[in-house]
Amino acid sequence: MRETIRFLRNGSVVEVRDLRPTDTVLDYLRLTLRRTGTKEGCAEGDCGACTVAVGRVVDGEMVYQPVNSCIQLLGQLDGAELVIVEDLAQDGRLHRVQQAMADLHGSQCGFCTPGFIMSLFTLYHAKGQSRSRKAVTEWLAGNLCRCTGYRPIVEAALNSCFDEADDAFSWRAKDTIAQLGQLDDKRDVLIGNGDGFFASPASLEGLTAIYAQHPDATLVAGATDVGLWITKHLMELPKVIWLGRIEGLDRVEESPAGLLIGAGATYQACEAAISRLSPDLGALWTRIGSKQVRASGTVGGNIANGSPIGDTPPALIALGATLELQSREGDRTLPLEDFFIDYGRQDIGAGEFVTGFFVPRPKPDQVFRCYKISKRFDQDISAVMGAFLLTVVDNRISEARIAFGGMAATPKRAKTAEKALTGASLADPSTWNEALKGLHADYTPMSDMRASSAYRLETARALLVKALMEASGTDPAQLRLRGPDPDFASESMEAAE
Amino acid sequence: MTTKAKATESQTIEAGNLVSVQRPIRHDSAAKHVSGEAIYIDDMNEPVVTLHVVPGWDRDTVCGRLISLDLEAVRATPGVVAVITADDVPGTNDCSSAAGDDPVMAKEEISFFGQVVFAVVATTREIASKAARKAVFDVEAYQPLLTQEDAAANDSMVLPDYQFRRGDPEAGLAGADRKLDGTFRIGGQEHFYLEGQVAFAMPQEDLGMQVYSSTQHPTEIQHTVAKVLGVTDALVNAEVRRMGGGFGGKESQANQWAALAAIAARVTGKPCKLRLDRDDDMIMTGKRHDFRVDWQVGFGANGLIRATDIAFQARCGYSADLSLGVNDRTMFHADSSYFYPDAVIRSRRLKTNTCSNTAFRGFGGPQGMITAEKMVECIAISLGEDALTIRKRNFYTEERNVTPYGMPVEEHEVLHDIVAQLEASSDYWVRREKVRDFNKHNAVLKKGLALTPVKFGISFTLKHLNQAGALVHLYTDGSVQLNHGGTEMGQGLYTKVAQIVSEELGVNLDKIRITATDTSKVPNTAPTAASSGTDLNGMAAKIAARTIKDRLIAHLAEQHDCPPEAIFFRDDKVVVADETFSMAQIAREAHMARIQLSDAGYYATPMITWDRESTTGRPFFYFAYGAACSEVTIDTMTGEMIVNRVDLLHDVGHSLNPAIDIGQIEGGFVQGMGWLTTEELVWDEKGRLRTHAPSTYKIPTASDIPDDFRVRLYEGKGNPQDTVYRSKAVGEPPVMLANAVFCAIHDAVANVAPGFIPDLNAPATPEEILRAVRLMRDQAHRAAETAVKPPVKAPVDPEGAPA
Repeated sequence: MRETIRFLRNGSVVEVRDLRPTDTVLDYLRLTLRRTGTKEGCAEGDCGACTVAVGRVVDGEMVYQPVNSCIQLLGQLDGAELVIVEDLAQDGRLHRVQQAMADLHGSQCGFCTPGFIMSLFTLYHAKGQSRSRKAVTEWLAGNLCRCTGYRPIVEAALNSCFDEADDAFSWRAKDTIAQLGQLDDKRDVLIGNGDGFFASPASLEGLTAIYAQHPDATLVAGATDVGLWITKHLMELPKVIWLGRIEGLDRVEESPAGLLIGAGATYQACEAAISRLSPDLGALWTRIGSKQVRASGTVGGNIANGSPIGDTPPALIALGATLELQSREGDRTLPLEDFFIDYGRQDIGAGEFVTGFFVPRPKPDQVFRCYKISKRFDQDISAVMGAFLLTVVDNRISEARIAFGGMAATPKRAKTAEKALTGASLADPSTWNEALKGLHADYTPMSDMRASSAYRLETARALLVKALMEASGTDPAQLRLRGPDPDFASESMEAAE
Repeated sequence: MTTKAKATESQTIEAGNLVSVQRPIRHDSAAKHVSGEAIYIDDMNEPVVTLHVVPGWDRDTVCGRLISLDLEAVRATPGVVAVITADDVPGTNDCSSAAGDDPVMAKEEISFFGQVVFAVVATTREIASKAARKAVFDVEAYQPLLTQEDAAANDSMVLPDYQFRRGDPEAGLAGADRKLDGTFRIGGQEHFYLEGQVAFAMPQEDLGMQVYSSTQHPTEIQHTVAKVLGVTDALVNAEVRRMGGGFGGKESQANQWAALAAIAARVTGKPCKLRLDRDDDMIMTGKRHDFRVDWQVGFGANGLIRATDIAFQARCGYSADLSLGVNDRTMFHADSSYFYPDAVIRSRRLKTNTCSNTAFRGFGGPQGMITAEKMVECIAISLGEDALTIRKRNFYTEERNVTPYGMPVEEHEVLHDIVAQLEASSDYWVRREKVRDFNKHNAVLKKGLALTPVKFGISFTLKHLNQAGALVHLYTDGSVQLNHGGTEMGQGLYTKVAQIVSEELGVNLDKIRITATDTSKVPNTAPTAASSGTDLNGMAAKIAARTIKDRLIAHLAEQHDCPPEAIFFRDDKVVVADETFSMAQIAREAHMARIQLSDAGYYATPMITWDRESTTGRPFFYFAYGAACSEVTIDTMTGEMIVNRVDLLHDVGHSLNPAIDIGQIEGGFVQGMGWLTTEELVWDEKGRLRTHAPSTYKIPTASDIPDDFRVRLYEGKGNPQDTVYRSKAVGEPPVMLANAVFCAIHDAVANVAPGFIPDLNAPATPEEILRAVRLMRDQAHRAAETAVKPPVKAPVDPEGAPA
């Protein structure tokens, strides 16, 4: 058992003993270290001003992820390298991304700038990114700037981020990997005592044991949700168990049958496999939160917290995903849709936790479509999210699985519409009408700041129509403003002209 | 004089060419921004005894009478040092700019959701935040007035009604060939400066107070703190080096937090810092005014406007704040770029139980202009003409060149030229055909195109604010310290003014130390607002630098017995006839000769004569112009929208710094686009703001910017008025370039059922676009059923009858 957390910064190991379970990385930087380059803009992981880079070894290489330090627990840095904006300039010389931002007028008020710099730093170190505006804007969706209008920032990124990394971090990568290897001691971490602690078990057995003993503890994976309980709701969370070091919990296993995703796998980690499972779902994936959120957040956490604002559960339910849970009593599997009982209520027992979920791969005779409607394209929470799995035999729908988010207190299937659609002909839109009416029986959505009830119902119908039109062969370019393919918009323009 | 430079060196220094201004020099803090070294107020190293202040408010009340307030649990929280209420204010419990109606802490009545009632002072911010939620309120709730309709029905106003009138609009409307009317709603806007409101107060001797505030108006911070502490202005000093964004949101709205920090510092005797949490910031501080506009326009069969009657109803919130100037500016811009022969422009400033709306980049102008653009779009649809044709037909001209408030539009040719250039460079007419073709072949997706003008009046309409001071010191090593009354919020003011001083004194920029704005250095300043920062402070600094230079020239001419024209200053050097000296040499020499090397420059804008009572005179020194062309696509099934291409052409006179000006134009445009599209403020039926964080309030992000974004500065003859290096103000006007995006969406919606007029309000969120699309289809459907031709009358707002 280790009673400290340890991480790397500027080539040296930092060891922290005094740690409250709810201490955030941002407060540690600003209040403890008095390193104030990293800014607080919103304290909810939405503006990106507090972005820092967190380096870990993935498949033998250093990978730097952008992280919202305002909602990242300090304990989550255990075993990683932390890079903050003050660490980039070396010997009085600006880092390449800093130089590009300064030279191309990428800062005005400068308050969001350190966050942009750190996102750009992670892009600079990312492998296999194509030099395109789309790649940049997707990478920067989690960084808000109110002054520049982004054009110079995107240019700075295009000018500085797409060549082979050549900086102090790439030069010493081998040493860093070795140092991180030494930090990875596979020991359980516990700081505190039975009344309050930060724990980081290294194995499922360790987790099972401590959670059984402290079923009142808060399980934390990415902290992209729990972080807000701390910063926004000012909740006291005396006992925190972080799942980030549990061996095997972050597994992503692809098979012909489908995808097995561990509860500890981040959105980022399963993005490629998800895109292979369904391009539509892959496109949706890039609109979940932001790069920062996807780098820390996990689908498992999103499901386990029963967050009503998750975009993934409706899609996974439509695909027929199943959930795996475990506790000291053993493990069990249940259909994902049965897990969500009501708003804020899930089918989960004391001491029980989610270990992963399985997503079946759509079959050749199945069409899967999903659409997200939000006020803003990127980094917004859906007003309506619709997912459709249609099994088509002889141009008729033999089975439909339809699930919506934003239409009820939980992600919910449209059972009436599904039933009405069974047997409908893709060639004859008049056979779709019963299903469209059925949506009104299936849902009574609420009105809130994202959309009115009427708008939600109307767009839910529209999305079902779109899915059916696409399934019956209508060119998506005629139905979508932006599609899964990076060149989708321009292609659709050409098609139109 | 000791050293003589070689003659060849002096030849390289030429007189006449500008070397510092009119260059794309990067922001003075750019390197500090990117390295995290730029210090904002919350980054300052604070004394170890510093305490933290968090405001307390009642999360269950929108408005009502405060019966009792139980703060025992707050006080009992370990770490809490003091809890302050209105009773602890040593001076006057008011932090308003002028009207006297903004209590620092509410005492008997809570007037809006988020009003501060008390403040907690504790050893850490976390302790103060948690303790602040333990207060127990007993409030007798009142029925709040929330909407324009609520307030108008109750004659609830923060300021009297006001109007401009020219000619006989009633007769003009009655006699016009055609007539249209409608109701148009324009949403407000949250500033969302990335750095939230923050102030840090340090008690001094003799009841003095040093205040660091993220403010656009240090003088008002000084005066407010003096007022709430009950001390003279001279005992208070306010300072700000930079803000992490302002946009008008830190003009008057910074006062309350500085006042609270100062009161806490007085009560505890310790340095006190108050940094608002983002949610509190968004809930408590004012925003851009939202409007209901009821308009009527009469026009000829050719689309030429004959008369207008435009009635603005602004939701000002619970207090006056800056609503007078904001609403006046709405009226000043209700013409956009169009000549109204007969017009009445009415304004009601309505008082509601919502946060007090305030300055926001454009200061009411955008709401006036978008109304005019909406009106013109409707005229064009009703006549089956292109909106650009109707726009150009109604532009100010040589003969038709007086605004409804009586000011001549002198540069109408610049307006025509800009629009003509953009019309050509954006390929407007070719793309109009392509858009038409696209719409013919697409049932679900529809495109829209619009080209709109900008004409924005430059000057504070409150005459006395049009003055500025600067303080320039030349030291004996040739370095310069520069200070002025303007504040730096990212707009590059400090850089521009330093360029001006560099140009005037011939001192290189790296020799100029730009110092924080400080009420002890330059007193009685205007806010950095109304786009006037450079015009005013740049000129004041130029005058100061010029005065120092003139003294040096007079001295050198005498010493060297040469004419003053033979002396010039460049590159840290001074050329005197055929000799070249370093600036340090000259400064040292002049100091030995007892020449004053420091000067306080002062500038007051000439020509402005606006008299509000008689509604006559000239409110603006000049106008800034621009034009924008936008193409959008909407999804008529979901209301989603994408901006495909934007072309901007904007007039900044002779640009002082093209890089910074382009930055202002692009940034202003995108901010305006956010206001008109995704940025929706939502209050629930009880009057509680529901969009108080970036998770729910959506400003544009990088992917909202069109892939094809072309921005150019207009190359004209420079400002005809004698501004600093013939430049023009650039802060606010570009916001209204975004009107082209709204009009393009309007055009796309109109294409759903050609001939019918869309009922599209701002912001055009997906839901609003879909609502407008549905109404178009309903109109077309009804018309088809009754076989009636498309009406030319705009739909009436279903929520309420027009005033």
